[in-house]
Amino acid sequence: MKNAFVVFALATLALLSYGLYMALVVAPTEATMGDVQRIFYYHVPNAWAAFLCFAINAVASIWYLLKRGLKSDAIALASAEVGVVFCTIVLITGPIWAKPVWGIWWTWDARLTSTLVLWLIYVAYLMLRRFSSSGRAPVLAAVLAVFGFFDVPFVYLSIRIFRTQHPQPVMGGGENSGLDPVMAHAFLWNLVAFTFYALLVIWMRYRLQIAEQAVEEAHAERALGERA
Amino acid sequence: MIKFMWAAYIATWLIHIGYLLYLTVRAKRIRQEAEDLKR
Repeated sequence: MKNAFVVFALATLALLSYGLYMALVVAPTEATMGDVQRIFYYHVPNAWAAFLCFAINAVASIWYLLKRGLKSDAIALASAEVGVVFCTIVLITGPIWAKPVWGIWWTWDARLTSTLVLWLIYVAYLMLRRFSSSGRAPVLAAVLAVFGFFDVPFVYLSIRIFRTQHPQPVMGGGENSGLDPVMAHAFLWNLVAFTFYALLVIWMRYRLQIAEQAVEEAHAERALGERA
Repeated sequence: MIKFMWAAYIATWLIHIGYLLYLTVRAKRIRQEAEDLKR
């Protein structure tokens, strides 16, 4: 298991390094926006990774509601926390990109607002897990996660449904959409790299959660032994 | 323009590395706690 983890971590590091090289060196400079467009190679893959984390969280939460297993609960918590990290990056890199291109850091359009709502939903999930003293917190959080996930397709579709300041999809967005082949190549490498990275960090956080559950159990057993 | 690009890339890695450090510190602490419990 440890060897598999090391191999996976090294593969992820190689992918991220190559992705960075592709984004900063190989990909051509975009004609209208210039170098600032290179934020795209990090902004979109991080958004995709956040969606992936929240999807894993939703599946694990449903599994937890059905079976009440500690492992599914640990996967749900790990993926929500990692998803919030990725979503935070999306909410920071987006405005950094918007300022030089739109002239403003933020606007309350459908894509930006629904992404902020998504982040708030999963921060609420983590708060519930962290601060609720009720033994039913994992169940309540799992229910919140299942309903919260409905915002993910809304975020994805928001630029197709509503007229937004945020650009229309550059891939799969209809007749006038599309990317230069080298740009698409750089983008796909980063998409794969951040997918690997998200799975790696979920794995790390999951292992930590399992270790914490074991220590908690050991504390409880010791307390019971002392009382007896 | 290029300073915005660097800002985005640096911010991304600061957050990711910060989170990895946070996980490492927590893992160390829990490992120590587990060893203390065994004694």
